[in-house]
Amino acid sequence: MPVDRTTPAVKGARIDLRGMTKRFGGSVAVDDVTLTVEPGEFMTFLGPSGSGKTTTLNMIAGFTDITAGTLEIDDRPVGDTPAHKRDIGVVFQHYALFPHMTVAENIAFPLRQRKISKDERRRLVAAALETVQLPGHAARYPGELSGGQQQRVALARAIVFSPRVLLMDEPLGALDRKLREFLQLEIKRIHREVGSTFVFVTHDQEEALILSDRIAVFNNAKIEQVGTAHELYERPATLFVARFLGESTILRGAARPEGAGSTLTGDGFAVRAPGRVDAGRDAALVVRPERLRLIPDEPGSAGRGASGGTPGGNAVPVTVLEEIYLGAARKLEVVLPGGARGLVREQAGALSGLRAGDRATLTWHPDDGVLLPDDPTIERIFT
Amino acid sequence: MAALLSPVAPGGQTRTAPPPSGRSGGVGRHWPFLLIVPALLVLLAVFVYPVAHTFVGAFTTPKPGTENFTWFFGSPANVAVLTRTFSTALWATLICLALAYPYAYLMTVASPRARAALLLIVMLPFWTSLMVRTFAWLVLLQDTGVVNGFLGLFGLGPVGLVRSQAGVLIGMVQILMPFMVLPLYSVMSGIDRRLLTAAQSLGARPVVALLRIFVPLSLPGVAAGSTMVFITSLGFYVTPALLGSPSEALISQFMYTQVSGMLMWGRGGAMAVVLFATTLLLTGLLGLAMRAGRRTRAGAR
Repeated sequence: MPVDRTTPAVKGARIDLRGMTKRFGGSVAVDDVTLTVEPGEFMTFLGPSGSGKTTTLNMIAGFTDITAGTLEIDDRPVGDTPAHKRDIGVVFQHYALFPHMTVAENIAFPLRQRKISKDERRRLVAAALETVQLPGHAARYPGELSGGQQQRVALARAIVFSPRVLLMDEPLGALDRKLREFLQLEIKRIHREVGSTFVFVTHDQEEALILSDRIAVFNNAKIEQVGTAHELYERPATLFVARFLGESTILRGAARPEGAGSTLTGDGFAVRAPGRVDAGRDAALVVRPERLRLIPDEPGSAGRGASGGTPGGNAVPVTVLEEIYLGAARKLEVVLPGGARGLVREQAGALSGLRAGDRATLTWHPDDGVLLPDDPTIERIFT
Repeated sequence: MAALLSPVAPGGQTRTAPPPSGRSGGVGRHWPFLLIVPALLVLLAVFVYPVAHTFVGAFTTPKPGTENFTWFFGSPANVAVLTRTFSTALWATLICLALAYPYAYLMTVASPRARAALLLIVMLPFWTSLMVRTFAWLVLLQDTGVVNGFLGLFGLGPVGLVRSQAGVLIGMVQILMPFMVLPLYSVMSGIDRRLLTAAQSLGARPVVALLRIFVPLSLPGVAAGSTMVFITSLGFYVTPALLGSPSEALISQFMYTQVSGMLMWGRGGAMAVVLFATTLLLTGLLGLAMRAGRRTRAGAR
């Protein structure tokens, strides 16, 4: 797709959330969330359902009152401004197109509310339809369009009045996978063209990785970590983030400081890890599948290759449980000494040749692991 | 990866559809329709036959011809009664709509418990006899009744609430309210209220969002309720007879006088035919207007 080099139409606004809290009766939906979304940034709120991401979005949009904390858009407090005066575009998962209006009337709706002249309206509607690549559909009714087309119209309606902030609440959630992937690229292109600050809510980590400049990971009414996709994947701050974003092998045990890092001792293994955790707490070592390597054990050799394969590296004896063919790569599920499962990814050019049932040594460089405090409640969320 | 793993239907495997089990065409397929035969017979005997008899009688009693119709349209008083009947029905419909619209709206936004209470209140008239209710209104509205007694405390009144058009409308509106509230509620509860949130995010004040989004989407309910109330009020007899003024009689009272008092069955029949034809014409026009509205909406491709 050719990159559009035109200067963005709008300068995005900065959004400051400080100590934002929402309580419904006795339960806390959003708990003391502080976050700055930079002008023109594509920020994604990622988290499981019920984690508070949509409630936070609704507070920014003005659909939900803020219980405590402040919300500022470009240094202007807007917590008490009603939704229709915030000048924020919103795209909903359920499209929310007006069924009794044509596509053109739907898109012109925000312009009419702003008393924009008829000629100007016509020009802007045509331009918005062009942006979402639906020219020629102006006279249709929403009921005559497919789900993907309806969401494009909703997007056109949300950007036609050039809002400096655009909020999207799982806009692709109701669409099938192929269409979703296509529209993700479209949304990325539109973000580049429009220039507004985008806040996008999703529970799909892949979608978050594709779209976002930065991602805020929500869990349990709080933000666990904010960062670029790369930061979250390579340096997760909590075990929740590590588990929610991407796949990993997790080794649990007791960590003891040693040199610059720590030594993690678990059930049948002792490995080196970078960094420290608080003394007395159980630790978890997170290693991503592509950082791991499997070395087949020589038949009959007693040695586990602990120092043979990778000098200075970590080595843990494992048994291959299953191999999953992915075309360009394959994944091997292995059983760690304590019975926990691990996941190794091998690129098609560098296959180990191991099969289910084979014994092998799992190795990785100590710096490729991330040592985190263990959180036993996490597994309950993911299993 | 899901796409990679998704199974591809193997070719050459023609699946033979099993023949439809059980009844295959013929009489057997139609036997459920036999179930409505008893109801059809009852309707034929107690509804279709008398109505047909009356309509035929309009042209044949006392002698064949259009004499009865010439009589009806020949007298300005008769035409005035017909006009008054339609205008009363129209007023009853408009008042019902004005009262029922906010009421039905309240029902859609109320809590389930409050909604049940509101529904109960509007359904209550259904469970009381029409006569009892009409007499109750007489007690309330007459010059020495409860309402005028209350007004008297402030030195007001008495207001002529009974033996007048006002009395008829009060009684009719109360009786017909459920027919307006229920279709309205049914349509309104199907409107996605998130559309109003969306409208507000696009810059519409809440009241504008209501007028531009909610009201247009509720129009099918307005049409259904209005048609029902309008047609029903055309045939009201007991309420205008008890609460209305004899000098402002409606067509049903006129028919009663002709048939029961003067034994002019043909004239009563003629009035029935005129009322029937006019009603059919008006509802037909309404239906056409609504279909045209839908067509401009759907046919814009």
